[in-house]
Amino acid sequence: MKDGLKIELGRRYRFSASHRLHSSKLSEEENRRVYGKCNNPHGHGHNYVVEVNVSGAVDPATGMIANLADLDSFVEREVIEPFDHKSLNEDVATFGENVPTTENICKEIFERLKHFRKAKLERVRVEETGNNTFEYAGEEL
Amino acid sequence: MVYLTRKLEFSASHLYHNPAFSAEENKRIFGKCNNPHGHGHNYTLEVTVAGEPDPATGMVLDLKELKEILEREITQRMDHRFLNYEVAELKGQIPTCENIARVIWNLLEPKINKGRLHKVRLYETPDLYADCFRNGAHGA
Repeated sequence: MKDGLKIELGRRYRFSASHRLHSSKLSEEENRRVYGKCNNPHGHGHNYVVEVNVSGAVDPATGMIANLADLDSFVEREVIEPFDHKSLNEDVATFGENVPTTENICKEIFERLKHFRKAKLERVRVEETGNNTFEYAGEEL
Repeated sequence: MVYLTRKLEFSASHLYHNPAFSAEENKRIFGKCNNPHGHGHNYTLEVTVAGEPDPATGMVLDLKELKEILEREITQRMDHRFLNYEVAELKGQIPTCENIARVIWNLLEPKINKGRLHKVRLYETPDLYADCFRNGAHGA
């Protein structure tokens, strides 16, 4: 519709995972100082919430920007299945070297979801807890 | 610029069905949203108005006035209604979150005369919503 209006769809997903914040670029002491209890050697977990926003033209035949079933199965395959009930450090390759802070998790999720072909990925917001939220919209933000 | 947001809830039923599709296509594309007798949601609507506070009142617009506009334009029209059959503005459209958000935008925009309508966010469930705003007006 050429009415100058933009529609975005927002969808929330959840996964639970453990992580440990530890940087190979820092000494043991620096790691403890910078990351505090997040540096405890065996890690700890969170219930993460991932909010995904996509935009695009609303198809008049379906009333949809993208079929939710397509978006859900894409996010499930790219993010939820590989992250849920996993140790992010041990089980997700990028977090071998890259510290799994929620900043980096948010960017990684964006990189994985930007390949969705049926709508444009606008941004990804990750809640680590109800009190900590991170948002990433690609490099232009 | 100040952005103020007012929230309201309404409950309504709908179903997704495109008469141009075969019964099988409707089922495949819309899934259980195509069940023939419809189903319902508790919708939450967030309406954001942008403007400069009036120096005399300290308000962008009187919240009471906004509440009345929302009551008249949205609640009375959509609350406890079957959206497909009872909301004229949705005639011929699939009442998805995307389309309802756009209809709400078009109902509210001309009525808001102090400040300007900045964003309409409509939650169909806590995990699914659509935002409607003017192209290029994102933020806040």
